[in-house]
Amino acid sequence: MITLEHYLTVAAMMFVIGIFGIFLNRKNVIVILMSIELILLSVNINLVAFSTHLGDLVGQIFTLFVLTVAAAEAAIGLAILVCFFRNRGTIAVEDVNVMKG
Amino acid sequence: MSVSAMAFYLFAITGVGGSLMVVLSRNPVHSVLWLILSFFSAAGLFVLMGAEFVAMLLAIVYVGAVAVLFLFVVMMLDVDFAELRGGIQRFMPLGLLIGLILLIELGLVYGHWNMADNADALLQSPTPELSEAHNTLALGQLIYTDYIYLFQASGLILLVAMIGAIVLTLRHRVDVKRQNVVQQMHRDPAKAMELKDVKSGQGL
Repeated sequence: MITLEHYLTVAAMMFVIGIFGIFLNRKNVIVILMSIELILLSVNINLVAFSTHLGDLVGQIFTLFVLTVAAAEAAIGLAILVCFFRNRGTIAVEDVNVMKG
Repeated sequence: MSVSAMAFYLFAITGVGGSLMVVLSRNPVHSVLWLILSFFSAAGLFVLMGAEFVAMLLAIVYVGAVAVLFLFVVMMLDVDFAELRGGIQRFMPLGLLIGLILLIELGLVYGHWNMADNADALLQSPTPELSEAHNTLALGQLIYTDYIYLFQASGLILLVAMIGAIVLTLRHRVDVKRQNVVQQMHRDPAKAMELKDVKSGQGL
């Protein structure tokens, strides 16, 4: 019998893998963006698991909004990446200090 | 083991394994392909949970748009990815430590939680019976009534993201020939050709 905890475990493992990926690929900003997508996906799994377990549809609606924000974030992030690559010729983000902020 | 349990373990293992390969694989193109695999397995998990609409949305939006966007950018950028892999041994212990701490914390949370006594009374919008409305219909009836302003706002977010992405990546190149429509339309046929009377034996 598959319970709520099974889904929560899968989501927790994906979340931790996403965080781990950010630390592991600290230079490669593309993989960092993919790790952020993984983290958002695990959050979505949590939301949908609770939504279907409790019989409340609002969780799934919130998932739609998380999905929208994730898509917008990926588009803007990749656009900034392309722009950065044109200016610097590399995507190593370890030493991004163009703005000196 | 029932069929649904087997399907759950299949999707769970491919999902977690795929996301692990996203993080660990050497080539970013392979990373994107593993990411697509884990999105599909998450969509399978959603179908098992009974949220078909979100599952299809995941397949269409994530796999069809976001993952393909990633694939385009990875293939477009001419980067030496092997050089970016440097220092991975340096970051590995810290990443493993933080991952372990997070996993322990999440385990503690999941081990000690219980549902509120009046959880059924607190439901914001209970799921209708399957005989009344299926998942997509029920979601649509909620989104277009109670959550219409949030729905419009998410559309606005996507519009802003689209305009932002275009503005960021658009560049005006000066070394290419362009069509000047106004100049073309104001072209006068009488001035287009000029007849010259050339005397014989002489050039122009």
